Amino acid sequence: MLGYYLQLALRSFRRNKVLTTLMVVTIGIGIGAAMTTLTLYQVLSGDPIPEKSARLFYPRLEPRTLGRDVSLDPEPMEQLTRFDAEELLRQKRGKRQAMMSAGSLTVLPEGGAAQPFRAPARYTSADFFAMFDAPLRAGHAWSADDDLSRARVAVIGTKLAEKLFGDADPVGREIHIAQGALRIIGVMDEWKLNPRFYDLSNRRFGGGEQVFLPFSTSRDMRLPTQGSMNCWGNSNGDPEGARSLNAPCAWLQYWVELESPEQAADYRKYLADYSDQQRAAGRFERPTNVRLDNVMGWLDYNRVVPNDVRMQMWLAFGFLLVCLLNTVGLLLAKFLRRSGEIGVRRALGAARGDIFRQCLAEAGAIGLAGGLLGLGFAALGLWLIRQQPDDYARLAQMDVSTLLLTFALALAASLLAGVLPAWRAMQVPPALQLKSQ
Amino acid sequence: MEIRPILSVLLRHKTAAALIVLEIALSCAIICNAIFVIGHRTGEMRRDSGVAEDELVHISTSSLQPDINRDAMRREDIAALAAVPGVKSVTSVNQLPYGDNVWASGINLRPGQAESVVTASNYMDDGRLLPTLGLRVVEGRGFTPDEYQDHDALETAGPTPQVPAVLLSRSLAARLFPGRSAVGQDIYVWGDKPSRVVGVVDRLLAPGRGRTFEDSFQTMIFPLWVSNGSYVLRTDPERRGEVLKAAMAALNRADPNRIIGTQSTVSEMRRDFYSRDRAVIWLLVSVCVALLAVTAFGIVGLASFWVQQRTRQIGIRRALGATRAQILRYFQAENFVLTSTGIVLGVLLAYTLNLTLMRQYELPRLPLAYIPASALLLWLLGQLAVLGPARRAASIPPAVATRSA
Repeated sequence: MLGYYLQLALRSFRRNKVLTTLMVVTIGIGIGAAMTTLTLYQVLSGDPIPEKSARLFYPRLEPRTLGRDVSLDPEPMEQLTRFDAEELLRQKRGKRQAMMSAGSLTVLPEGGAAQPFRAPARYTSADFFAMFDAPLRAGHAWSADDDLSRARVAVIGTKLAEKLFGDADPVGREIHIAQGALRIIGVMDEWKLNPRFYDLSNRRFGGGEQVFLPFSTSRDMRLPTQGSMNCWGNSNGDPEGARSLNAPCAWLQYWVELESPEQAADYRKYLADYSDQQRAAGRFERPTNVRLDNVMGWLDYNRVVPNDVRMQMWLAFGFLLVCLLNTVGLLLAKFLRRSGEIGVRRALGAARGDIFRQCLAEAGAIGLAGGLLGLGFAALGLWLIRQQPDDYARLAQMDVSTLLLTFALALAASLLAGVLPAWRAMQVPPALQLKSQ
Repeated sequence: MEIRPILSVLLRHKTAAALIVLEIALSCAIICNAIFVIGHRTGEMRRDSGVAEDELVHISTSSLQPDINRDAMRREDIAALAAVPGVKSVTSVNQLPYGDNVWASGINLRPGQAESVVTASNYMDDGRLLPTLGLRVVEGRGFTPDEYQDHDALETAGPTPQVPAVLLSRSLAARLFPGRSAVGQDIYVWGDKPSRVVGVVDRLLAPGRGRTFEDSFQTMIFPLWVSNGSYVLRTDPERRGEVLKAAMAALNRADPNRIIGTQSTVSEMRRDFYSRDRAVIWLLVSVCVALLAVTAFGIVGLASFWVQQRTRQIGIRRALGATRAQILRYFQAENFVLTSTGIVLGVLLAYTLNLTLMRQYELPRLPLAYIPASALLLWLLGQLAVLGPARRAASIPPAVATRSA
């Protein structure tokens, strides 16, 4: 029966070309706009590490001095001081934990023929790789002993490995930076994390670090760091300045892996106790104020999805709603215009349900055509987004799930739009129509 | 024109009438807010940074030698850059409007004050910042030569460094010292040692995006030179490209052992800085146009349907003596009633939407002027859309009445 209904629908389209085209274009534009913005939103609000995101936590402490009115800062500092990060790491209360900071290194290629260049780096501690499931392609990560002994070792990214050594195996060789040399012990595969959740104070999307080395080594070699730093006092002439152990500056990220909600509750308690101890020792002055967010909570707190992207999505769906209202109106006009035809069909024995289904088939066919057009508009929209200079722009790609979702949305929307007109059409009284013919 | 028969006809076509009213209301609400956001963004994009944007080029470099004497390098670079033909003035900067670096400090008005009055962005002046950027001291004086210090040395100088003088932007001066002159007052930025306000500059935009500061024009300038390898050159607008190239060559001659970070004109930096705003504006404009088009289609579609449905009725009215103009006006009036209802609903919806936007995106309240403007736009749109179908209705001959459908 559906085939017959579709045939009827096709005939009706031919009779009313302009109206049908209008409806298809309207749905197409609406679906295209909605899918473009929805795809971008999904990419940006996605879970970067789905298998572990509920078990990875970001602790925050409140190390600031009194001074400024405390009630003005309901949230504790977004990063840890070096003292607290090293202390939490030493006390090791989670299954795994790592402190970290971003850095930027000047790499001097061997032979001196090639130009020196900058490579983004991460200074961290041993558990980093196992905790974040970092994909090592060759070699291995460093150990906690390497952290303690400030070993001059590094894990480098696959891109950097190719740039420096071509096809040769880089493990065991050295990478030369302006401040000295590091022995390469591992090579990291392409690691696409979007967003780069473990450090939101730097570039959040795209890119990626090419050199990983122990944090202790980075301090030993005085390597330059990157990212935001917040200080509330003077580091009193320490040669390491704001990056010295006791500096009143928060600039480090810290992550801990906890296996269950009970462990998370225990860890929160531990943070509060730690904070109390520090206040008793005179290091902390403000009331204990600790936080422990998991990955998605931390992304949410940092508003990783830009406001503009949210606004665009709501706007697009509002637009789709107007398009649908429009389609409802046009379908209503279209169906009721055919009251005579419907009357004849009813008189010849078609049940109300048959008329209803026939009308819905027509609406669905319009929806599918609109979906196809919408797909084109969405592809165009995403291409336009990719031309933008934002760091997330390049991620706006269509995949199979978007493709299916587009058609599902178009079909659902048009069927929904068809319900009311179809309902009205099936209630056309046959006798009245036949009489007035 | 009698409004009663129109209303009673519309009440008999509740569904279709409600659909068109709802569509107009939604369009009205979205368009009002979209235009408001567009206005807000263009306002931000049009603001004047206070620096001579079209005469400036920016170069930032970093040395490959970790232990280099940065102060000596800065002096050497400045000398090399000043010798480039076409360069009027060179300065070593810590930050620049539209740039990526943002420096900021809290300001206190008393030593040891419990809370900072305001956080403002701080520019560091090496002695040539004002003439290079084209800043004008409008009150008080600029810095004297003996007030300048090395910023690097200050950091390692000990617990309480002192910076004796500071310049405020007009906007910051008004914020800190409302109703009186800022010149001669003390502010506390560097611990408990005061900095005396020696002058006020007209206007200077802070770098950074969005809500970094209470007000992006609240800025201050300290007489401290920085040696970060970041330089701004002033030249004639038409010589910027040539000067940029020559400056790069001069820097590489002075020290080939360096990496160039940025090299662009400030106009280019400004364009990049606002690129996302531009994209948002274009998107909003296209959505508005599409919304208007879709709404117009809807009106045309439904009006044509009604005309067709009422052909006999119109014929009868014509046969009973109604003129073409009266039929035309009937449909126009009907559309006016529908559009007006839609606008009333739409304005209510627009303000609801605006409340959400105010909460989520820190936008101000929708100005009342948007109501008559959007009403006029939608009325016009409705009348234009209904004109075709209404004329078709008016051309129905009275003879139709005598035919049996």
